[in-house]
Amino acid sequence: MRKKNRVMLLQRTEPWAVTAARIADIHDETPGVKTYQLELSDADDRSTYEARAGQFNMLYLPGVGESAISLSHLTQPGEPIVHTVRAVGNVTQTLARLSVGDSLGVRGPFGSYWPIDSVRGKDLILVAGGIGLAPLRPVIDFIRSNRGVFGRVCLLMGARTPADLLYQDEYQAWRSDDIDVQTTVDRAQSDWQGHVGVVTLLVNRVGIVRSDRTMLFCCGPEVMMTYAIRAVRERGIPRTSLWLSLERNMNCAMGHCGHCQLGPHFVCKDGPVLRYDQVNRLMRVDSL
Amino acid sequence: MTQQARFLPRDELQTLLDCLHENEYDVIGPTIRQQAIMYRSVRNVDELPVGWTDQQGPAVYQLEESKSDQVFRFNSSPDSWKRFFFPASSEIGTATLTDQGWQFETPPTQAPRLALLGVRACDLAAIAVQDRVFRDNEYVDAAYTRRRESALIVAVNCGTAASTCFCTSMGDGPQCESGFDLVMTEIDRGFIIESGSPRGDEILTQLPTESARSEQHDAAKSEIQNAREAITKQFDTRDVHDLLLANLEHANWDDVADRCLSCANCTMVCPTCFCSTVDEVSNLSNTEVTRVRQWDSCFNIDFSRTAGGIVRDDTRSRYRQWLTHKLATWEDQFDTSGCVGCGRCITCCPVGIDLTKEVAALREMTS
Repeated sequence: MRKKNRVMLLQRTEPWAVTAARIADIHDETPGVKTYQLELSDADDRSTYEARAGQFNMLYLPGVGESAISLSHLTQPGEPIVHTVRAVGNVTQTLARLSVGDSLGVRGPFGSYWPIDSVRGKDLILVAGGIGLAPLRPVIDFIRSNRGVFGRVCLLMGARTPADLLYQDEYQAWRSDDIDVQTTVDRAQSDWQGHVGVVTLLVNRVGIVRSDRTMLFCCGPEVMMTYAIRAVRERGIPRTSLWLSLERNMNCAMGHCGHCQLGPHFVCKDGPVLRYDQVNRLMRVDSL
Repeated sequence: MTQQARFLPRDELQTLLDCLHENEYDVIGPTIRQQAIMYRSVRNVDELPVGWTDQQGPAVYQLEESKSDQVFRFNSSPDSWKRFFFPASSEIGTATLTDQGWQFETPPTQAPRLALLGVRACDLAAIAVQDRVFRDNEYVDAAYTRRRESALIVAVNCGTAASTCFCTSMGDGPQCESGFDLVMTEIDRGFIIESGSPRGDEILTQLPTESARSEQHDAAKSEIQNAREAITKQFDTRDVHDLLLANLEHANWDDVADRCLSCANCTMVCPTCFCSTVDEVSNLSNTEVTRVRQWDSCFNIDFSRTAGGIVRDDTRSRYRQWLTHKLATWEDQFDTSGCVGCGRCITCCPVGIDLTKEVAALREMTS
């Protein structure tokens, strides 16, 4: 007697169980990047699914494989699950060819999350590189809904070109909620009026008025995170106030398959969101 | 021990096999296949490697006839018990394309009732290590747990050792201390047999055993002492965790990378290595898909692939990952070493890399 899958949702005894979902909406973001709204097929699953900012789902395309994708919007139970995905590997490129109405599998949510509660009353610097803004987007959602409990908030966003700046249609709305959104690009055409250069340049210029009460959440290429963190460290923010979301090969998402290890950490289970003092020494070692 | 030790005459070993079968266990025991000890289903004592032993060294494994008529005179082999609880290949789910889209199912976790005959002290330690990974962990592998709990473990104390054995350095052998249902020590004309669990008691009471005489007890003790003395390999594990992690950029990693073939043999024979990956096995129209979990290895190039590239893209970084995980970060993760001292990785390395020597070299160069 085979058992029909119900979504596992933190049900830690059956973490391989996959639940069916249907693509409810696809929105083109930047070149190669789309945002998908997924509706879980089972009504009970829809009404109970809950994730926290920074967590991820395993998206499963049968015959192709699974890919770990961060939640890019915090949804209430009953609402679609939102993922912004860059088409870069087998699974994500196949996903990019799917249409509204197509079905796929979901396992999750998995992993650690941004320590939003510990930012209350403090200033927050968000640093994102390229698609790295997607896992930070739920943090921005939360801040906008609870703006009063946070101090100064700025988002420093780097991308390869102006066209690669993710969610740029929304920056105006974020600014109107008193989030200081600054952008920089690696390369630009003559019509680009903004900054050109690495995101560290923005970090150097950002106003840090109380370093002991400022936190940083960071997601992007590791080299970018390393430089961004070095820049804020020089300005007196302690290691324990710095958080980053790391990328490793996540295959099982439950710390059983071994693929995602970084030193003692299973990035799928202990991460992806880790505090800088847990990983700073490890990140300095090449090819670890 | 829940019951006193008993003596089982060698010519009653078949009765033990029959008894296990009568108790609906499929007995898995040592057999000779392809000139190596391999664990297979056995019904008859004739299938056991009576009178065989082995010679082992770095990259050397050779079965030889022993001068004794003992059944368990051999040492660890390329095979291990790992695959009976954590199969090299197992189905974890299916996907079927229907008019309503993909439907997903998880296979039932039925486990065979196995009696594992001849599990050594290092093997028991390895099983305890994997319990921490798959069973006593944040996420539970239900299939592992079911297989593990269905199995009866008949352990055997070692009376001999290979040159690659170093269980005494890892503190888990050669005597079996816990984690078994029955334990046997092979002596002249039979076995001292003791129970370690209520399930073991149940089997033991059904066997035609005799009360063990004091000289038989002494013979069993001296067998284990013989094994202890035969272990010549010493592995200095003092502060190995900090030694390895403080020297992640040491030149010795380049040295071993020059010898290592990145073939993954060590991880395949290791009784604690637990890495796996999932293969998608589909029909031609991709409407019926089976997800198959397979053993994987940190020595495979694709193992660390991410969207941004391959994290460990050379042999140096892959060997370093294996050794530092096995001997250092494993402790952080599971509060135990990942090494039990069975020596399989030394014997089965085609170029004879000996992890204990790599650690010793690093220790010497940094002291």
